[in-house]
Amino acid sequence: MNDVPDRQAGTGGPEAGLAVAAELVADFGSRRRSPVERIQHILHDNPTLVPVIVLLLSLAAFGIIAGERFFSPFNLSLILQQVSIIGMLAAAQSLIILTAGIDLSVAAIMVLMSVIMGNLAVNMGVPTPIAIVAGFAGGAAAGLLNGILVTRVKLPPFITTLGTWNVFFALNLWLSGAQSIRSQDIDAHAPLLKFFGEAARIGGAKITFGVILMVLIFLVLWYMLNHTAWGRHVYAVGDDPEAAELSGIRTGRVLISVYALAGLVCAIAGWAAIGRVGSISPQSFYEGNLQSITAVVIGGISLFGGRGSILGALFGALIVGVFQSGLRIAGVDVLWQVFAIGWLIIIAVAIDQWIRRVSA
Amino acid sequence: MKRLLATSALVLAGTATMAMAETKACLITKTDTNPFFVKMKEGATAKAEEMGIELMTFAGKIDGDVESQVAAVESCIAAGAKGILITPTDSRALAPVVTEARENGLLVIALDTPFEPADVADATFATDNFRAGELIGMWARRKLGDDAANARIALLDLNASEVSVDYLRDGGFLQGFGIDIKDPTDIGDEDDPRIVGHDVTNGNEEGGRKAMENLLQIDPNINVVYTINEPAAAGAWEALKAAGRSADDVIIVSVDGGCPGVRNVAEGIIDATAQQYPLRMAALGVEAIAKWAEDGSKPAPTPGKDFFDTGVALVTDQPVDGVESIDSAKGLELCWG
Repeated sequence: MNDVPDRQAGTGGPEAGLAVAAELVADFGSRRRSPVERIQHILHDNPTLVPVIVLLLSLAAFGIIAGERFFSPFNLSLILQQVSIIGMLAAAQSLIILTAGIDLSVAAIMVLMSVIMGNLAVNMGVPTPIAIVAGFAGGAAAGLLNGILVTRVKLPPFITTLGTWNVFFALNLWLSGAQSIRSQDIDAHAPLLKFFGEAARIGGAKITFGVILMVLIFLVLWYMLNHTAWGRHVYAVGDDPEAAELSGIRTGRVLISVYALAGLVCAIAGWAAIGRVGSISPQSFYEGNLQSITAVVIGGISLFGGRGSILGALFGALIVGVFQSGLRIAGVDVLWQVFAIGWLIIIAVAIDQWIRRVSA
Repeated sequence: MKRLLATSALVLAGTATMAMAETKACLITKTDTNPFFVKMKEGATAKAEEMGIELMTFAGKIDGDVESQVAAVESCIAAGAKGILITPTDSRALAPVVTEARENGLLVIALDTPFEPADVADATFATDNFRAGELIGMWARRKLGDDAANARIALLDLNASEVSVDYLRDGGFLQGFGIDIKDPTDIGDEDDPRIVGHDVTNGNEEGGRKAMENLLQIDPNINVVYTINEPAAAGAWEALKAAGRSADDVIIVSVDGGCPGVRNVAEGIIDATAQQYPLRMAALGVEAIAKWAEDGSKPAPTPGKDFFDTGVALVTDQPVDGVESIDSAKGLELCWG
C-alpha cells in the first residue's frame, strides 16, 4: 500500500539487539530471520494490518462478551453512524500527520463551518446550496490560514493550530451566540443541511448517507495519496522535507495544499455533522480534535510523518467506536471506556515504534 | 525575608484600598459559551451598573476547566475585589483558593453549583437542583399513572465526574419518580429494575443523541427519558425519532428552562422541564456583595436549606394533579438564552 522507504530504517542499533534476543528465544543457529522478525517485516510493509487485526479481534471479543445486542446488524451500523463524523475529521487529520504535522483545529473548523452554514441558511434565508458552498470555502480558507502560518511564517504546526483552534472556537461562539439552531427550525428552512442524516435500510442495518460519505472521503483521499504525484509528494515531504526539497518538490506548496484540503474535508464533515446531530450545536465536538488524533494514532499512522495508510485512520476510528459501544452494552461504567481508549493509544504508539525499528 | 514579604503585602493592600474608588466584584462562570452563564453575566452586569459596582468577569474555557477558574479567583484577590460570585466548575477542587480569598476578606458566593461542603463559600445562591429533578420525576410518575410500575427509564447524565448538579438532578428525578436512590451522591447505584441504564452526554446534542442510541440498544422499549439539560434532550429526541419512536409513546423530561428548551416543550418534544432563573441568581449575588462592602453583613440561607433558593418552576403543557406547573407560554416569558 505504501512503499515509501522509512527514514528510520536500517540505522543500526536497537534492531540488532532485538534480532539477537529473538534468535536466542527461537534458538536458531542460522542467519535467517526469526518468526518475530518476519512478523515485524510484514507489519512494516503493511501498516494497516495491525489496526485491521485489532478491529477484528475486538469485534469478536465484544461479540462474545456483549452478545447478540452488540453483534446485531443494527448495532454494527449504529457504530458506523457514531464514528462517521470523527472518522471524517480523522481523514483530515491523517493528511496533516502524514506530513509530520498535527492539526488541533480540525473540530473547531468543522463546528464553525456548520454554524456558518446554519446561520446563512436558517437564520438569514440564504439559499441552502449557497450556504453550503460558503461553508466549504470557509473551511478551505481556514485550512489555508493554517498552511500559510506553518510554511510562510514558519510556526510549528502544533502552535499554529493550537492558536487557530482557539480563534475558530471563539468565532463559533460569537456567530452562534452559543445557542444551538434547533432541529425543527432546520427542517422548516433548510432541510438540505440534514441530507447526510438520511439513511438507507439494508436488512437490519441502517446506513446513513453520512457513513457513505465518510467511506467515500477515505477512498478518494487514499487514491490521491497513493496514485497521484501529489500523494507521492505528501509522503516524501512527511518522510524527509530536506530530501524532498532537494529532489525538486516545492515542499511549501505541498504543505499548504494539504492544510487547505484538510480544512475543506472538515467543512464537509461540518455539513454531515448537522445530519448526524440533528441540530447545529456550537458546543458539540469540543474534543473532536483529540478524538481524531486518537483514531489516526490507533490506525497506525506514524506521528513522525511519511508512514502509514490513511485507511488506517478509518480502522482506528472504528476500533474506538467498537470499544465504546461494546463496553457500554456490557454495562461498563463510562470511566472505564476512557481508561481503555487511553491504553489503546499507548499500545498503538508502542507497536509503531517497534515496527519502525525494522531494517528494510 | 518574612518581614520583607509582610511589608510588600502591606504595600499591596494599601494600593488596593486607594484604587478602590468604587466597589469591585467578580463574576466567574464555568464557561462563556453556555447561554445560562451568558444570561447570568447579563443579570450581574445590569445590576452592577445600576448599583455603581465595577464588575470583572471571568470564565473557564469548557466545563471542568479548573485552572482558569483558580487563576480568575487569584486575579480577583489581587485586584482587591470585595466579593466573588462563582459557579465552581469542580465542586471540590476549588476549595483551597476560595478559602484563600475569604481569608483575604472577600465575600464568596457560589452561584448555581454549590461547593462541597457548601460552607466553603460564604453563601450559595442556587436552584435547588434536587427539587428540580424531583419536580420532573413526580410529574413523570403522575403522567404515567398505573403504567409507572412498568416504566423503562433511561437517564442521560452530564459526564464521568459525577459533579453535584449531575447527581442532584438525577437523584431528584428518581426520588420524585418513587425510586430508592440509595447513596444520593452516587449515580447509578440504584437497583430498581425499571432503570434501563445511565449514560453521559456532556450536556450537548451530539452527546445526547449518542447516549440515547446506546441505551436504546440495551432496551428498545424505553419510555421515560430523563436528561441533564435541554440540549441533551434535543439530541435524545433525534435518536428516538431515528429509531422510529413517536413523541406520544415516550416521555422526555429535562431541567434548565432555556428558551430553545421551552420552545421544544411548546412543540411537544420535551414533555416537561424544570426552569431555573440565572438572572435572578446573579442580580441577588451582586446585591449581597454590595451589602457586604457596606456593612459587612452576609446573606442568610433560605430557612430549612443550606443555601439561598432562587426558585424553580415546572414548565409543561400537560399539567397533572398534585404537581404545580406553568405552561410553555409563561415559560417562554421567563426563559433565558
